[in-house]
Amino acid sequence: MMRSLAWYQLREEIEDFLYLEADLLDQRRFKDWLDLLAEDLIYFMPMRRNVKFGQHAERENTKQGEGISWFDEDKWTLGKRVEQILTGVHYAEEPLSRVTHMVSNVRLLDVRPSVEDAQEVTAGCRFLVYQNRIEYENFTFVGRRTDELRRVGTSWQIARREIILEQNVLLAKNLSIFF
Amino acid sequence: MTTTLPTDQMIDLKRGMISREIFVSPDFYRGELERLFTRAWLFIGHESQIPNPGDFFVSRMGEESVILCRDAQGTVHVFLNSCRHRGMKVCRYEQGNTSLFVCPYHSWSYTTDGKLQGVPLYRALYEGTLNREDWSLIEVPRLAIYKSTVWASWDPAAPDLLDYLGSAVDHLDQVLDCRDGRPGGSEVIGVHKWVFPSNWKFAAENFLGDTYHNPSHRSVDMIGIGPSAQRGQKGRRDNEYNKGQHVWVGHPAGHGMHSVLMPATMEYESSYAQYPVVDEYFRHCFDERKRRLGEKACLLPFTGNIFPNASYHGRQPRGICVWHPHSPTETEGWRFFLVDADAPAEVKDVLRRFYMRYSGPAGMTEQDDMENWLYATAASRGTIARRHPFNYQMSMGAYKTNDPLPGDVSLQITEQTPRNYYRVYASYLNGAPWDELIGRPLVQAAAE
Repeated sequence: MMRSLAWYQLREEIEDFLYLEADLLDQRRFKDWLDLLAEDLIYFMPMRRNVKFGQHAERENTKQGEGISWFDEDKWTLGKRVEQILTGVHYAEEPLSRVTHMVSNVRLLDVRPSVEDAQEVTAGCRFLVYQNRIEYENFTFVGRRTDELRRVGTSWQIARREIILEQNVLLAKNLSIFF
Repeated sequence: MTTTLPTDQMIDLKRGMISREIFVSPDFYRGELERLFTRAWLFIGHESQIPNPGDFFVSRMGEESVILCRDAQGTVHVFLNSCRHRGMKVCRYEQGNTSLFVCPYHSWSYTTDGKLQGVPLYRALYEGTLNREDWSLIEVPRLAIYKSTVWASWDPAAPDLLDYLGSAVDHLDQVLDCRDGRPGGSEVIGVHKWVFPSNWKFAAENFLGDTYHNPSHRSVDMIGIGPSAQRGQKGRRDNEYNKGQHVWVGHPAGHGMHSVLMPATMEYESSYAQYPVVDEYFRHCFDERKRRLGEKACLLPFTGNIFPNASYHGRQPRGICVWHPHSPTETEGWRFFLVDADAPAEVKDVLRRFYMRYSGPAGMTEQDDMENWLYATAASRGTIARRHPFNYQMSMGAYKTNDPLPGDVSLQITEQTPRNYYRVYASYLNGAPWDELIGRPLVQAAAE
């Protein structure tokens, strides 16, 4: 894609959106966050395997739509996760964790139909999510995300999110937060 | 390790008290690794993970890495994942297919039947001294495959797996058999692996029939995440067992489970109601199973634990968990998810989605378990805390032996299953002979 003024404006718009979204999560405005998700959302976090050189493309990550991953779910399920936290008796998040989402390296990977009339954007980014819980529990989740975003009015909606966590054995007792 | 562990003092089954020491003490932990994990039958994996010659899946026994492998002739082996020369792991991939395991350190290589094949510069450096035959990968002396599940023991004198399982196998069958009652036929569709700062026995105990911990799952029960939740059904699974008699069963070899005895007149209760194809599949399986198994179809599973650390969920969800010890206060959980290998694609898809939202560190139900095990472990470390034992007095004496099922059977929620588990646990730590460990003479077991 040519680096036109429109391209830079679009990238800034997408960055702003991703920062706003991260902020909603960190402020624990979970219901507002859900509003940013498309009804046909796909939210996917594969498990990562240690595989032989040359097999990474085929076998390193579990696949969306088959077998078991960390997350391979829809908006209904994410809504349930929010509902569960809001019961106040979901003890893995009661009391609530303190979480900060850092989002960086935002890139426009694909824009449709055009940069000037962007209706759908595929954006890549890196994340560093820090979770601190109760007194002494600390978890750091680092990885890559690929988001499919759809323009809705003056804002955006997330239609698909792929979260690539840079871990094999999960080094956290739980994945009770959102990415 | 020759020191005697004070098991009598720490495990007082008459009064129903167990010291917190066994959940935090390095001495007990060491005793477990040396006297328990070196003898008991341990769950290794599933044949569906290694269908072809050369296929391997790296597993664990206690703290140690092992390779589950199908050799070129199709025979299944379990090897210690450590080169005989300097100990480097000979396989650092999780799963795959190979003709050789080549050590990255000095390039000794082993065929898939464990034999040492390649030794660089053999003629110049080792000829006349090193006999390759003597330096195969270290293989478990006992391996057994039961309905595609692979089990192994480091003790050559261990009883046969089926004698070890005893009557617990009737319950385990409900996990491993096809939903329509055909024997076996399951496949693994994925394995969760994660670490959590808890003693491994908290996890095992959870599956021994600790139905009493239901309140910790109140959040999912309130909101409904089960297979029929979108039809407004609350709870974390469908109510298939409303008309059943719940039973909590302890077995002489330490296994324990929570199962259900349905009335002979049982009818299919609609499940997976929001997916007609899946509901229909389970209706078909239910009827077929009843026809095939007759009275035996009345036994249905909830959860259980095969001594020491292989737990299962029998139906919703369905899978086997293994609790690998890392240290007294850290555990690596592995969860193998099971489906009928020949189930329709739509059924498998719905099942895997339910499994993911229910189970493991990302599962809405089990996240709350991890929270409990972590803080139960952490709060048991204190000097004062360790002076005060845990209470295991629930339903003391409220069970019948071999009535209506084999084993010690309770018709009410009970801590008889963990009391029984820790009785056997103490026997292992005291180096007891096998007839004590499985609760009957080995000779008799062999004759049955």
